[in-house]
Amino acid sequence: MSLFSLLGALEIGLIFSLVALGVLISFRLLRFPDLTVDGSFPLGGAVAATLISGGVDPFTATLAATAAGAVAGLVTGWLNVRLRIMDLLASILMMIALYSVNLRIMGKPNVPLITEPTVFTILQPDWLSDYVARPLILVGVVIVVKLALDWFLATQTGLAMRATGSNGRMARAQGVNTGAMILAGMALSNALVGLAGALFAQTQGGSDISMGIGTIVIGLAAVIVGESILPSRKLVLATLAVILGAIVYRFFIALALNSDFIGLQAQDLNLVTAVLVTIALVIPMMKRRLLGKKGA
Amino acid sequence: MLRAQDLKITFNAGTPIETRALRGLSLDIPSGQFVTVIGSNGAGKSTFLNAVSGDLPVDSGRIEINDADVTREPVWQRAGRVARVFQDPMAGTCEDLTIEENMALAQLRGARRGLGRAVKASMREGFRERLATLGLGLESRLTDRIGLLSGGQRQAVSLLMAALQPSRILLLDEHTAALDPRTADFVLQLTARIVAENRLTTMMVTHSMRQALDVGERTVMLHQGQVVLDVSGDQRKGMDVPDLLAMFERVRGEKLSDDALLLG
Repeated sequence: MSLFSLLGALEIGLIFSLVALGVLISFRLLRFPDLTVDGSFPLGGAVAATLISGGVDPFTATLAATAAGAVAGLVTGWLNVRLRIMDLLASILMMIALYSVNLRIMGKPNVPLITEPTVFTILQPDWLSDYVARPLILVGVVIVVKLALDWFLATQTGLAMRATGSNGRMARAQGVNTGAMILAGMALSNALVGLAGALFAQTQGGSDISMGIGTIVIGLAAVIVGESILPSRKLVLATLAVILGAIVYRFFIALALNSDFIGLQAQDLNLVTAVLVTIALVIPMMKRRLLGKKGA
Repeated sequence: MLRAQDLKITFNAGTPIETRALRGLSLDIPSGQFVTVIGSNGAGKSTFLNAVSGDLPVDSGRIEINDADVTREPVWQRAGRVARVFQDPMAGTCEDLTIEENMALAQLRGARRGLGRAVKASMREGFRERLATLGLGLESRLTDRIGLLSGGQRQAVSLLMAALQPSRILLLDEHTAALDPRTADFVLQLTARIVAENRLTTMMVTHSMRQALDVGERTVMLHQGQVVLDVSGDQRKGMDVPDLLAMFERVRGEKLSDDALLLG
């Protein structure tokens, strides 16, 4: 594997670590199986690319994309909390709806960003080439997001949010408005995914309607891989784990796609992802069986 | 002070399995009183408790806590006035959170939750002191996940949590029923101590007549969704299980036939 593809894998891995943090909030903390991300990731890309190609400053565009993701998450939460639609179904409805919304926003299946400025071209120092600068900038973004998330989850509101997912009845008995916590958590989760989508569009030269397919599986894969690399109940370590998981996962994908002897091609990506997630899900079960404990 | 007036709750109304769980139940509990509530299966004990906590909406009637009408308030809104310990030891605490996080959560019951740190160093000392009174060695395990604790330990912590924040009323929902006899006895003694120390207005639902007469200062018996017996003061002193049964038969003209109630 060349240094070039290594840095490319790191770059995408870092972007998807934001998705993984979002998935950590919805699936793990809120226990809300949220497939909205398959729609909010391209939503972030669509909003950012459309605004940037319309002449809007890339930072504002990225911020708008993050906000758009938050709104998408809010709607999913609202469908579940207020309209009492089952969590998984609510998120599937939102995912499907977002496909149309994204097409409307872009007005066409893809919006290229080849000559337009991006947050990366603006931040990139002259003496550094783009394929080194981009991962460096992303490292900064991911660190800031991680620390902010760690801080939030340790606040009174953050604790109430974690209690909501862990034991909703107890949380309500302690005066936590669990409905509001689900709405806020879903907004936060999808805001991170929207941000990831915006950054993805800006590194990949544009936004595409199909760029969201399988986002949730990649996010989950990152969470699962991260949890097996660094198993910890401590939140500060759990957020670090999913970030590492996303990066490691991308390296494996790059490795698989770059190894000629396996014969895999880019279009096999989703199949490889599905197989890797299946393996990651089955291994803990096999371990338990081998150790003679009862399976969960 | 709790005032429940003419509470009615019907499950599956209009169907063949219609159950009239509460049929105009009224009960007043003055501030600082410790009331035990007994009744056979289906008498409406849990339904009543869930109505007071807000878990079950009432069809009609009125619930007041310290003169505030809370009848239509959801659980989380009343939480500032109502503290609760569940029957299931797993239900009252968050197993994924640490002991100190659980206690911090309870400390803000009914208060606004902002962006301040949830667990402050200054709070830990208070938590340690309270945990030390349990004599279970939990004061040195603040950062352990509460899921690692036994049922009895978790129930004891739940009780501490219920008393962390001044509430108008403490609801105990057969909170010793899922514990082994020795642990149940420990939790019951702890209950009596915490209620006395904090002068809490308390309503304890129990399955055991013995327990109902042993703790608290007033015993209320529910039957078919209504209060049928209400004993306190001198009448209750020295009362034994057979006395209570005889009284029930006199009032209702029927025999109680619930083994759990008689053997408990």
